[in-house]
Amino acid sequence: MKKKVISALLSVAMVATLLVGCGQSAAPAEEAPAATEETAEEAPAAEEEAPAAEEATEEAAPAAEEGKVLNIRCWNEEFKSRLTDHYPGYEEVDATHGKIGDVDVVWNITPSDDNAYQNALDAALLEQETAAADDKIDLFLVEADYALKYVDTDYTMAVKDLGITDDELSKQYQYTKDIVTDSNGVLKGVSWQGCPAILFYNREAAKEIFGSDDAETVQAKVADWDTFTATAEEVKAAGYNMTATVNDTYRVYSNNVSTPWVVDGKIVVDDNLKAWVDNSKKMVDAKQTTTEELWSDAWSAGFYPEGKVFCYFGPAWLINFCMAADVDGSIANQGGWGATVGPQGFYWGGTWICGATGTDNPSLVADIMRQMTCNEELMIDIVKADDDFVNNQPAMEKMASDASYQSKVLGGINPLGLYAEGAKKIDLSNLSPYDQGCNEEFQNAMKNYFDGNAKTYEEALEMFYKAVEEKYPELSH
Amino acid sequence: MAEKKKSKTVSYNKWGYIFLIPFIVVFTVFQLIPLITTIYNSFFENYMSGLKQIGPNFVGLENFKTIIQNGDLITYASNTAIMWVMGFVPQIIVSLVLAAWFSDHTLKLKCQRFFKTVIYLPNLIMASAFAMLFFTLFSVNGPVNSVLIQMGILKEPFVFLGNITAARTLVAFMNFVMWFGNTTILLMAGMMGIDTSLYEAAEVDGATSTQRFFKITLPLLRPILVYVMITSLIGGIQMFDVPQILTNATGDPMRKTLTLIMYLNKHLFSKNYGLGGALSVVLLVITAILSVVVFKVMGYDKED
Repeated sequence: MKKKVISALLSVAMVATLLVGCGQSAAPAEEAPAATEETAEEAPAAEEEAPAAEEATEEAAPAAEEGKVLNIRCWNEEFKSRLTDHYPGYEEVDATHGKIGDVDVVWNITPSDDNAYQNALDAALLEQETAAADDKIDLFLVEADYALKYVDTDYTMAVKDLGITDDELSKQYQYTKDIVTDSNGVLKGVSWQGCPAILFYNREAAKEIFGSDDAETVQAKVADWDTFTATAEEVKAAGYNMTATVNDTYRVYSNNVSTPWVVDGKIVVDDNLKAWVDNSKKMVDAKQTTTEELWSDAWSAGFYPEGKVFCYFGPAWLINFCMAADVDGSIANQGGWGATVGPQGFYWGGTWICGATGTDNPSLVADIMRQMTCNEELMIDIVKADDDFVNNQPAMEKMASDASYQSKVLGGINPLGLYAEGAKKIDLSNLSPYDQGCNEEFQNAMKNYFDGNAKTYEEALEMFYKAVEEKYPELSH
Repeated sequence: MAEKKKSKTVSYNKWGYIFLIPFIVVFTVFQLIPLITTIYNSFFENYMSGLKQIGPNFVGLENFKTIIQNGDLITYASNTAIMWVMGFVPQIIVSLVLAAWFSDHTLKLKCQRFFKTVIYLPNLIMASAFAMLFFTLFSVNGPVNSVLIQMGILKEPFVFLGNITAARTLVAFMNFVMWFGNTTILLMAGMMGIDTSLYEAAEVDGATSTQRFFKITLPLLRPILVYVMITSLIGGIQMFDVPQILTNATGDPMRKTLTLIMYLNKHLFSKNYGLGGALSVVLLVITAILSVVVFKVMGYDKED
């Protein structure tokens, strides 16, 4: 009898745990419709309130009727630190939380390695419609490489619908708008930075090799790709690598292509990319550069004098945000970099702010966009505090001639003129939604060729096609 | 009285079934249903292009045709096989030797417990962490290269992960280090189960230790060996985390370290359930065939 009781108890306990397991998942499901009903009722009300709220945003925090939680998706700390330092009324709570007025700001940061950021964002956006109001993404960031993937869908809100007028955006660089304009010509995002990129050279090395570290002397040595590769030999003879890795020059070539990666569903490799492969192969064989990845330890070794790297290519954020400017002993810390235009103009990166459709904080999102990308005073502060290049043409041109602005990492010169000149020339007519995958896989595949594992360019090219077609099954070559 | 007793046995049966319910439920939810949906998915064209869903459209056996025709499957299967063999052969040899030493009382080894713990330890580290460690150790600017250069063995850094043999050896070596402790413990358990009187009798007959090992230990260890072989084989087919992390998901150089599961993982980028499903089904078939082959070769099926 005792046994029977015990076994009965045990099995009841076991079945109960099973049921409890079900119960937990069932409960929110039951609550969910109720929650959505509530938000559904609230939503129209919020919309009605919106115009009124917009007027109020200038001085007051967003209307209380809007959501209490602002969910932001991004992949690193950059935007967070910009918001913390410059957005009026932003208070930092902890590493992933902040407060604007009485709205909680929740940062959801997923690093972009291995596509993790986009995967997480995709999953969240696909759930957006059914998510509870406080869990909905309100604002997310995108990069140029894959901006079209998001912009060309209904998951991003038109900037106009957020109440921001063309007039307010008129000072921004045209290319920053082109990237986030969908196929119907609707602007879906804004950016506070411009990312025209230039060549940063090691002043110490320039003095040693060319006898002078002024920009004109160096520019003459890197004026086009032929002189660039010739200079690489000279630089190598002095014990320096021309670039840290072959991938440093990749974007310079890939931004100056004459066809997009994909034309009518077919993958096209532009002549300029072939030129990158040929020149890089020569440089690798002569040991003037390496085949390491960008962001790897071998790549960043050149941020320090003992890394023995002559130059890097990049925009303002690279030198300010990535080149170890705050580490003692780095070249940037000693103001040891010089800046010049380089063989070809290009841009690299940039972060765009997009409002997510279904946000319950539209006026706060609009205000963040407005403050960060249209408020000239705030943007100039960013330039001064963070050496960033901001997306405001007249302001940048004014500052370019302002002798009082100096970049410490660049040894006290004012590089804004170089950037401003470059920003005007950026041409983005050859973007495609597949850019990120294609660029990544092209570099991966060509690494095999540079390392000598692929005997010919054609063999490496096959690997590239294979990898891209795995990523995007709808493409062919 | 007799009737009552009968009903009691029946009710015990009932308890038996009730106790089985958790397993059946878990098996159905986490194994059977995914298995069936995988097979079902393999007949459809179904993927994401950006945020746009393509399909599902029924395409019959088209996915299987793609997988088998493009010839990649054989390349990746042989990559997997080569790296598995490179790791498994030393693993089984070292494990056998260690297990024989540990279970041999005549050797009177000291600090046995300590060494048993030490050889098992690598298995406790997460494979991905272990791979990261090796990635750093063997990178161009890593400690291994600097040590080799300082010792004068190398003149300039050797790109371990840029050389097919070196990269494969690293993967195999890591699998070996992670798993030989585990195998040793398993084999030791098997060896301790062998009747010591057999060894005593052999000693009386004048058998050498080599003879004892090959004529007594190995034959009696066969069931355990088959078990080790099959689990390791399945583990080998599922080899993923070590090469994935070590090569940054590329499987380079020349995709020669790309294993079958890494190939499967590549289809995840576009959430390609169709091709991924078909590939999984093919893997299931391969695993089943290999397990049967091992069973037959080892003669395990005739045992009882």
